[in-house]
Amino acid sequence: MVGSVAEAEDLTQEVFLQLHRKIATFRGDSAFSTWLHRLAINVVLMHLRRKGLSMISLDEAMEPVPDESPGRSFGAADLTQAGAIDRLTLEGAIAHLPAGYRLIFVLHDIEGYEHNEIASMLECSIGNSKSQLHKARLKLRDTLRTYPRLEGLR
Amino acid sequence: MTHEANNLSCAGFQALLPELIGRGEDVAAHPHILGCARCRALLADLETIAEAARQLLPVVEPPDDLWEQIESAIRNEDGCSQSK
Repeated sequence: MVGSVAEAEDLTQEVFLQLHRKIATFRGDSAFSTWLHRLAINVVLMHLRRKGLSMISLDEAMEPVPDESPGRSFGAADLTQAGAIDRLTLEGAIAHLPAGYRLIFVLHDIEGYEHNEIASMLECSIGNSKSQLHKARLKLRDTLRTYPRLEGLR
Repeated sequence: MTHEANNLSCAGFQALLPELIGRGEDVAAHPHILGCARCRALLADLETIAEAARQLLPVVEPPDDLWEQIESAIRNEDGCSQSK
């Protein structure tokens, strides 16, 4: 999510510190794992916001936005060809997603959480989670089709 | 699938796509997909991206001393708050 092991370790530490500070506020309204995951997500989003990375807030990510039609890039790469998406290119494209899209894409498509779990963690509707994931995939598709080997993504 | 589903425009079908995919339906068998090469290509790309993403989960073990650092940071914080 943050693209650096060192930053991930710092954030892990920050999550436990926040947990230590806030554990008394856990009221059992949701599963502890959901509460902890939400706390961790907030720590990561705060970190990204401080870094000023291209991102939208979680609230913005959950807002319905006008649907974008899939891009019509003539002569675009065929992503379904074997080897068309290499690991580094995909990681670069994911890193360039707005943070709200990236969060849902990472949680669902990489980490394997279900939409109902994501909805609980992010306090959004299941429909919103599905919709934002779809938009994240569409954005990735446009990026990967237009710049299948874009060095600038790395 | 209904007759109406077969007559969906691409925009109408693509508006339904997040829900169809999210419900785990067999979208490849949807009447619109069967008759529309453009939407078929879109679906294939989205499935390829999701499949490629599943291979990305990195297994990164935290370093051995991370927990010690966390304990130390918590102790420091407790020390600071008690000395206030």
